[in-house]
Amino acid sequence: MAKDILRKSEVFYDNFDRKPGLDKMTTTYCPGCGHGILHKLVAEALEDFGVQDRTMFVSPVGCSVFAYYYFDVGNIQAAHGRAPAVATALKRANPESIVIDYQGDGDLAAIGGAEILNAANRGEGITVFFVNNATYGMTGGQMAPTTLIGQQTMTTPKGRTVANEGYPIKMSEIISTLKAPVYVERVMLGDVKSIRKARKSVRKAIQIQIEQNGFSFIEVLASCPSNLKKTPIDSQNWVREVLQENYPLGVYKDISAKFVSPDKSKTPVNYKDLPKVLNIEETNIDKNRIAEFTNKQFHEQFKIAGFGGQGVLSLGIVLSEMGMRHDFQVSWIPSYGPEMRGGTANCSVQLSSKNIGSPVVDRPTVLVAMNRPSIDKFEDSVAENGYIFYDSSLIDIEPQRKDINIIAIPATKIADDLGTTKVANMVIVGAIIEKLGIMSKDVVLDSIGEVIKKQKLININKRAILKGVEFIQNLTK
Amino acid sequence: MNNTKNKAHVSIRWEECKGCGLCTLACPLDLLSLSKSFNSHGYHPSVYEGEGCTGCGSCFFSCPEPGAITVFKKWHLMTETGYCPNCDNDYKVYKRETHPDELFCSNCLESIKLSKVE
Ligand SMILES: Cc1ncc(C[n+]2csc(CCOP(=O)(O)OP(=O)(O)O)c2C)c(N)n1
Ligand code: SF4
Repeated sequence: MAKDILRKSEVFYDNFDRKPGLDKMTTTYCPGCGHGILHKLVAEALEDFGVQDRTMFVSPVGCSVFAYYYFDVGNIQAAHGRAPAVATALKRANPESIVIDYQGDGDLAAIGGAEILNAANRGEGITVFFVNNATYGMTGGQMAPTTLIGQQTMTTPKGRTVANEGYPIKMSEIISTLKAPVYVERVMLGDVKSIRKARKSVRKAIQIQIEQNGFSFIEVLASCPSNLKKTPIDSQNWVREVLQENYPLGVYKDISAKFVSPDKSKTPVNYKDLPKVLNIEETNIDKNRIAEFTNKQFHEQFKIAGFGGQGVLSLGIVLSEMGMRHDFQVSWIPSYGPEMRGGTANCSVQLSSKNIGSPVVDRPTVLVAMNRPSIDKFEDSVAENGYIFYDSSLIDIEPQRKDINIIAIPATKIADDLGTTKVANMVIVGAIIEKLGIMSKDVVLDSIGEVIKKQKLININKRAILKGVEFIQNLTK
Repeated sequence: MNNTKNKAHVSIRWEECKGCGLCTLACPLDLLSLSKSFNSHGYHPSVYEGEGCTGCGSCFFSCPEPGAITVFKKWHLMTETGYCPNCDNDYKVYKRETHPDELFCSNCLESIKLSKVE
């Protein structure tokens, strides 16, 4: 495939706007780093195969952690060593996607040894690029599982010894002993000739995923001049002369000619049967009672925040449980502050008439603030025309935003008058339901008993919800 | 610059080159060398002597930076030129499929809005 112009791939962003600082044109990699060379080969192949729009790139922890600054494709950055697990999920959830699993040797062969082995063994239809530069680059040159015997690193100042650190791990050899992988090859970025050869392997590995949904593993011997403490040219020569000596290049496995992928698209359990399989009760949905709420198109995103103990998490659970009873799509995720008891807690809830892509809430349409730090922390994030419900009996400042609806409700005071401050959260539930008008009050009141575990508290919770409803009604009178 | 006798041509973006020198080693004809002056990042970028490039692409593939090196393999067939306001000079221009309404300057690789081209 002859090209008239060899240029920056269109799979790279024109400007690396995600990169902090003034320079948006160059990568974060050191001069002469092998990551950049491999990035170019991968980007070129993705462009040539026309799969940019369905590619998911999983970046690791290591120097290539910021690959999402550069690749204009779908990106996820995984926890250290876990990229193969993330890649598995992406490929299973969307078998049409092209999933690139990009990892360094510390990431893949040390902390992530189990993940890569098992993803390979399951034969996930992903393409793995494994950068073996014989060191931990990002953290400043500690020994990696791939470090050579005798090689001096920060953690092996006198050189790696067999007695103390064992032998270098040869991943291509190991992966190729497994039955499922389709294509396993070790290449190097040691001079122009070997880079051109690596280019072919990169393309073949991606093609195997596109055409056959097979697992490929390309180990790339690459240079890390900064930690080898050599010039870029000497470091590249070292890769060719020394590293290659210890890691023989070549195809370790290739069954692509006769490989047929097992059908992974059929999930073993039918979605409808899930509740039965997991032994969970299905939510009761009374179609008649929710009729007037079912045709609304909406997507509310809640951030509910306060001190631990104020019931912010259960406030979120009640909203999502009630959402389920209205046949909405719902999500709920808690987030605990590092301060533990007495510290701050928050949860994110979404209620939607459409599918919810991610449960993360960055720009809430509704902020519930039950203490002052919650206002300080989240006020700015509220979406335009959104709402802040705040407990004015505890918060002595007023939110400053003029482009949102602010509702001051003395929830703790109202709850205390009912007999316990603990139901302040339910007062706010009532206020939200009345104000947003997306749920039936009757359904909420009648089914709250299914959510509140302690039977003797059901009545006071109901009364608290009603007080919240009344509070809003009085406001608008 | 616009010498049509040269079959191919290489453009190196001064600010995007980190001066690692891998391209100078890669070029089979030794047409690239590191500049004596340095760019705003303090690197001595690689520069092309200006003549003799065959378009083999060796420098391109050994360069770790996505956008530092561009190789025009059919330089002698690129006949269209245009005034580039960034370079304040006339240079050969080329198209990018993803930006059908723009022309790009072969010297700085920046977009020249079509309206500005004579
Ligand atoms: C759980 C966890 N443990 C340790 C670290 C520290 N850490 C960051 S990068 C890295 C090593 C990466 O080395 P490698 O995979 O070889 O990639 P390179 O930087 O060489 O490209 C380590 C140990 C971390 N971020 N997370
Ligand atoms: S430390 Fe090594 S691996 Fe990391 S960017 Fe620099 S040269 Fe590349």
